[in-house]
Amino acid sequence: MNTSVSWLGLAVSLLLVAVAAGISWWQRLGLQRQILIAAARALVQLLLVGAALTLVISPHRSIWWSWLWVAGMLGYAATVARRRAPEVPHLLTLALASFTAAAVVTLGVLFGLHVFPLTGRTLVPIAGMMVGNSMTATVLAGRRFTDELRDKRDEVEARLALGQASRQAATPYVRSALRAALTPQIETTKATGLVFLPGAMTGLILAGTTPLQAVLVQAVVMFLVLAATATTTVVIALGLIRRLFTPDHRLVPLPAPADH
Amino acid sequence: MSEPTAFEFERVTVRRAGRRVLDQVVAAIPAAGITVVSGPSGAGKTTLLRLCNRLEVPDEGKVCYRGQQLDELDPLMLRRRVGMVFQRPTPFPGSVADNLAVAHPDASTKELKAALKRVALDPGLLGQDARTLSGGELQRMCLARTLVTQPETLLLDEPTSALDALPKQVFETTARDLAAHGITLIWVTHDDAQARRVADQIYQLRDGHLTGAPTEEARP
Repeated sequence: MNTSVSWLGLAVSLLLVAVAAGISWWQRLGLQRQILIAAARALVQLLLVGAALTLVISPHRSIWWSWLWVAGMLGYAATVARRRAPEVPHLLTLALASFTAAAVVTLGVLFGLHVFPLTGRTLVPIAGMMVGNSMTATVLAGRRFTDELRDKRDEVEARLALGQASRQAATPYVRSALRAALTPQIETTKATGLVFLPGAMTGLILAGTTPLQAVLVQAVVMFLVLAATATTTVVIALGLIRRLFTPDHRLVPLPAPADH
Repeated sequence: MSEPTAFEFERVTVRRAGRRVLDQVVAAIPAAGITVVSGPSGAGKTTLLRLCNRLEVPDEGKVCYRGQQLDELDPLMLRRRVGMVFQRPTPFPGSVADNLAVAHPDASTKELKAALKRVALDPGLLGQDARTLSGGELQRMCLARTLVTQPETLLLDEPTSALDALPKQVFETTARDLAAHGITLIWVTHDDAQARRVADQIYQLRDGHLTGAPTEEARP
């Protein structure tokens, strides 16, 4: 069965966007313009990325172009994290460090141990999965940890006043933040296959891969995302301890919470 | 011979949001008895206390503890020598024993019970969830938790401001008892009557200035 999508097929699928816009018009939601802009923007972005990827991951091109692409993704992801949680101090540098650490761990395992062959065609999508899926957990961990330290400042200072080092005084709040950030991913992992078919697997099956092969790839992707979220969140939390406490174990003044 | 001092403040200034919370404060807090720092809300009393265990640092000037400049001391060791009880009780999750163990994880049950007795709390409360204690009990548990670190000096930041008359009286009696056993107490309060009841010497702090030398005013 040929499952490739033609340009005509893409044009027909725009009917689905029209359905969404039509519902907005019918229910007077006033979102028609936003829906159309979002769909157009997504399409243009995807076409541009597709064109760029075609160039970057071409087998005739050096793998360094793919690494450069990955580096760009890490940097961009850090700026997105910073934008999403401006109230978390130093999030740009911390998110960059955490995504880089997660890349080293996950790509190191997957390519170092030859789970996938190291080519542009594997490197770029895997790194994209890793960054994209750990973004929410990263922002959540940073935000939750900062909120905890701000809201429980009295408690934290009571611990410091008992002679606890900043790392020790922060431990309960680090745990709470990491649990909050990791639990959704753990729940998603548990529900995979039962409640929903994840994107990578669905895409592979649509593209004609056998279900078993699609499942194996999806399982690896799930494990990749688990490791990436655990790594990014712990790096964020430990990095924040260094930034939110002074070397002489004082808690710095924390900015007021943003509306979120 | 001059009386030994616990803390010396040498032209200490603390600024916050462009305002001088403490302004060129000069003081010598004696090592003996209870020193009360009184003054209205917002006068800078809490800031003065927080400088003593380096939860804050001055923008100008220096603070010395028993002759040593605070920034030359290990802050973690300093905080075990100079304990602090905050205005609002801050119980940690878990039982009373869990709370005391935060201060001294290796303490035996016997030591924990002794700490409770020292603040006139029933040692039988050890297993109770700390958050179920009454306000007065909670504040004394926080005092016991601080005492577990065996401090030489105690900083008390309006510890009875939320307590009724009876628990307030119990807390004051406990504090006097600790002072009688050689612990230096620095007690911040805006309650003048309480200041007169508990103080061996009183400082007045107003608008960031420590006014006058310590008075000789003492308990009747």
